[in-house]
Amino acid sequence: MQSLLKFITCGSVDDGKSTLIGHMLYDAKLIFADQEKALELDSKVGSNDGGIDYSLLLDGLMAEREQGITIDVAYRYFTSDRRSFIVADTPGHEEYTRNMAVGASFADLAVILVDASKGVLVQTRRHSRICALMGIRHVVYAINKMDLVDYDEGTFDDISVEIEKMATEYNFETKYLIPVSATVGDNITKISPRMPWYHGKTLLAYLEEIDVSDKMAQDGFVLPVQRVSRPNREYRGFQGQIAAGEIRTGDEITVLPSGNTSRVKSIYNMMEKTDSAFAGQAVSVELEDEIDVSRGCVLVKGVKPNVGKMFTARILWMDDVKLVEGKNYYLKIGTLTVPAIIMNIKHKIDVNTGAKIKTERLFKNEIAVCDIACSDPVVYDKFSVQKDLGCFILIDRVTNMTSACGVVEHALRREGNLTWHEMDITRELRAKQKGQTPKTIWMTGLSGAGKSTLINELEKRLFAQGKHTMILDGDNVRMGLNKNLGFKEVDRIENIRRVSEVAKLMNDAGLIVLTSFISPFRQDRRSAREVIGNDNFIEVYVSTSLEECEKRDVKGLYKKARSGEIPNFSGISSPYEPPKQPEITIDTAGQTVEESVDYLLKELEKLGC
Amino acid sequence: MRQLTHLQELEAEAIYIIREVAAECEKPVMLYSIGKDSSVMLHLARKAFYPEKPPFPFLHIDSTWKFKEMIRFRDEIAKKYDLDMLVYSNEEGIKQGINPFDHGSAYTDIMKTQALKQALKKYGFTAAFGGGRRDEEKSRAKERIFSFRNAEQAWDPKNQRPEMWKLYNTKIFQGESIRVFPISNWTEKDIWEYIRQEKIEIVPLYFAAERPVVYRDGNIIMVDDDRMRLRPGEQIQNKMIRFRTLGCYPLTGGVESTAATLDEIIEETLSAVSSERTTRVIDNEAAGSMERRKREGYF
Repeated sequence: MQSLLKFITCGSVDDGKSTLIGHMLYDAKLIFADQEKALELDSKVGSNDGGIDYSLLLDGLMAEREQGITIDVAYRYFTSDRRSFIVADTPGHEEYTRNMAVGASFADLAVILVDASKGVLVQTRRHSRICALMGIRHVVYAINKMDLVDYDEGTFDDISVEIEKMATEYNFETKYLIPVSATVGDNITKISPRMPWYHGKTLLAYLEEIDVSDKMAQDGFVLPVQRVSRPNREYRGFQGQIAAGEIRTGDEITVLPSGNTSRVKSIYNMMEKTDSAFAGQAVSVELEDEIDVSRGCVLVKGVKPNVGKMFTARILWMDDVKLVEGKNYYLKIGTLTVPAIIMNIKHKIDVNTGAKIKTERLFKNEIAVCDIACSDPVVYDKFSVQKDLGCFILIDRVTNMTSACGVVEHALRREGNLTWHEMDITRELRAKQKGQTPKTIWMTGLSGAGKSTLINELEKRLFAQGKHTMILDGDNVRMGLNKNLGFKEVDRIENIRRVSEVAKLMNDAGLIVLTSFISPFRQDRRSAREVIGNDNFIEVYVSTSLEECEKRDVKGLYKKARSGEIPNFSGISSPYEPPKQPEITIDTAGQTVEESVDYLLKELEKLGC
Repeated sequence: MRQLTHLQELEAEAIYIIREVAAECEKPVMLYSIGKDSSVMLHLARKAFYPEKPPFPFLHIDSTWKFKEMIRFRDEIAKKYDLDMLVYSNEEGIKQGINPFDHGSAYTDIMKTQALKQALKKYGFTAAFGGGRRDEEKSRAKERIFSFRNAEQAWDPKNQRPEMWKLYNTKIFQGESIRVFPISNWTEKDIWEYIRQEKIEIVPLYFAAERPVVYRDGNIIMVDDDRMRLRPGEQIQNKMIRFRTLGCYPLTGGVESTAATLDEIIEETLSAVSSERTTRVIDNEAAGSMERRKREGYF
């Protein structure tokens, strides 16, 4: 029985990928007569001077025909006498790099085209890098358009040196260079008489012979559970495709992440009950014990993949929407999908030089190394060790787009078992997750100045904007947290201290805090500013005059203060010290609440809130 | 290290996909067209869950112009494997007397495309398996295995989600749905070899037999019932023919053949001079016709 080789072709725009594959199919008589007829007809209206334009065999979508470039991955199937092939023809244009990565993730081998007249280009490096990233271990560099450089051996040698230099970084298992002409057909299926200096194989012969079997394949057994099958009371099977190794009835296996163990009771290889099964097979495995196993669990034997919430990974960003640190995504790894965030982008990688560049944002088609934290423990391994447990995708939770793909580089040990350290999820990350800048808006002013009304309306408006807010006011704090405090000076100071600490914690949690305290003394407000942090503290002075406040006297307090019923009343029997340099001053006299809040919002925006 | 053969690898890939959908999608259905690809799909679905039965229903869109033998086969298979087989026809179209002779491409749209949309909407299916293969037609060659449809069930070929490794993203919004093609990577030859290897039952129309036919516009059309309209000068002849694809009988061309066994069919397929879809009349209408219809919701 024949084996299957999945490969991709990639290279720069106009390097001739579609033509190369088209020519191979045509030469090897691997296309049907009606397609051939259509090809000849199409070419007459095409651009190739009435000659056959082989690329027309592959460029399928109408938009591509109109633009003359390959937008998406096209899959072609052919069988030679010696092997079955699936080839993914991938787009060369930079804008469609993600589509190239799709093809690469599927393939065992890459044919990377290089235009002999241009040499190694940015795209050649980019594509080599993506192939390596996606796990391709075998590459063929087809040095194309040799006809345009008069089949010159020196040109080929120069490019070879450049490629050797470039490719060392990628650690491909095998690498092969062939000088070809896709249009003319040199060294595609027949050795070309025009390059007698070339003593290697033709492209087709090489593809037929290369062994791409996984030499790294481990002995241990790995089965990510796709589905629990429970057709009746008697049977409870765990279905999935074996990612590595071999399993037999009676073997002891461990379930991850729980770590529970049991023995294999029965194995179905699809409809056949069997005693053993191996990597690649789709099985249904029954265990001896009733232990907890669900989709996303992994059954293992003889290997210990990581179980944890955090790892460092190399990712390719594929979304039009840029990546921002701290944003929440779904991460799908193996058969498990969990919420996750990119904690920090360590650096992005220059596709040309491999240089590490510091950044906080990542745009489409960029590659970066970053730390990822998941909400729940996941079973993972280094991509280089276990492919199926080492690759993942990130899904945007708002658009459902597959935003990125990535491979695990190593575990993050500092997570210390299964808990997140405070240092990992920082105040900045929480703030980014909420899409806001946490601030404490500290309102000060006389009793009846309008603080509570303003703060209440302000919160509603911020809330409507999607902001995450919390109000701390004198009354609600006095009734709970500070109910053991009176109105003596020491209590007053303690009151402000506690409120400041709570506001700071809430800011750390990413919230915008609004406070409403008379807080008549500068010293108290200064210490609040110190605790909360100068950058996060916005002092709003509600400067409504004593006359106006006393005129309003909503709660009848001024009257009582004047009559001596309430001692130490700010503005009457105790001083009120107006702020000297508040961030915002607002006088509510002669303004509607709405006008005042509009003004506040405008001022707050200027302060980055 | 033991290795899977080419067919075993394709089979395992398809089963993985079918199980992913069953595990992740809210309300899946498998489209069943009665053809050989559907027979393979059904077989894969049975294998994927065994000893459990496939945990989703099957749906046949009946245009009312299928070959009689196809309907008979469908009912037998549904009974034999105890399948939840839903049959849907566009009643409005039937009332209006829409037929392949008078209404041309409107017939395909109303009795197949619209009928399918109606059925998916009626039952609220969020994912539908189809037997489409990438080797059938150029625009199919570029479609992902998981292909997304908006609320109008249209396909946007320029904005397909990247599909990486075996990590299928099945997240959709209310009203959206997914078409899933587990045998995307199979060729016609693979299908036939798999049918032989697994001894899968298929409609007898695939095997050559003497059948009543007329020759029309370069196609061989079988006269399956008395609704067939003959054009002036057309003569019904008995010919040894078989079908490479099955659909509505007035729109499906047969090929002259004596291949009456699977071995003979495979032999013939290997040396075929024309690709399979040329025997479907609708594909030839205009370059890119398949892509256009798919954007509009055709499977």
